[in-house]
Amino acid sequence: MATDKKKRMAIIASKGTLDMAYPPLILASTAAAMDVEAAIFFTLYGVDIVNKRKNKSLQVAPIANPAMPSPVPFPNILGVLPGMTPMATAMMKGMIKKINWPSIPELVELCLESGVKMIACTPTLEMTGVKKEDLVEGVEVAGAAEFLDFALDADMTLFI
Amino acid sequence: MSDIKPDKTADLKGLNCPMPVLKTKKAIEALEAGQILEVEVTDPGSKSDIPAMLKRTGNELLEMKEEGNVIKFLIKKVA
Repeated sequence: MATDKKKRMAIIASKGTLDMAYPPLILASTAAAMDVEAAIFFTLYGVDIVNKRKNKSLQVAPIANPAMPSPVPFPNILGVLPGMTPMATAMMKGMIKKINWPSIPELVELCLESGVKMIACTPTLEMTGVKKEDLVEGVEVAGAAEFLDFALDADMTLFI
Repeated sequence: MSDIKPDKTADLKGLNCPMPVLKTKKAIEALEAGQILEVEVTDPGSKSDIPAMLKRTGNELLEMKEEGNVIKFLIKKVA
């Protein structure tokens, strides 16, 4: 440890698409490697990132995402066509593989192994019928006050 | 690279951010204090990422050298 008191980072992960699952996990695992005490609070769709029945098959949709890279020029509205979301997802998975990035389940494990506190939001679980058994082992379950209690002493907070 | 002889070497070529930092940290944790780790990466971001991690974790960067597209680090475990 470089300093006496550990730095602290608190992240809210609110999105459950393949692209948006990476930033909270990458930042938290890197923070842990930098001896930062990190926590991710998974809320709403973000809970899918730590749902072991879903986190292998997160998707990304091309519709309403003009930034999505495409091999050919492509009117964005065509993203509504059947098969476009699986196609965009396969394309993104290909790009992820090309740069040797870990998969989402692997990155979740890396976070847990390195001591990142992973908390799934209880009202979301209630709302979506997701049980604690559906979550990756090691993920805790708590509400807003628990996250705030951690985040109020944080040096950095992010909403993703 | 230099006359310092590493106790361990980590080949992290081909990996991209955040993996070089995560794996370098893991390799440091497996060392005894005072031991030297040599790390080889190809991720250009590591030139600033690995020193930032070392600074934050209180470990020492002895040397950073580029050979073609490979960046080599010599790190001394302090903390």
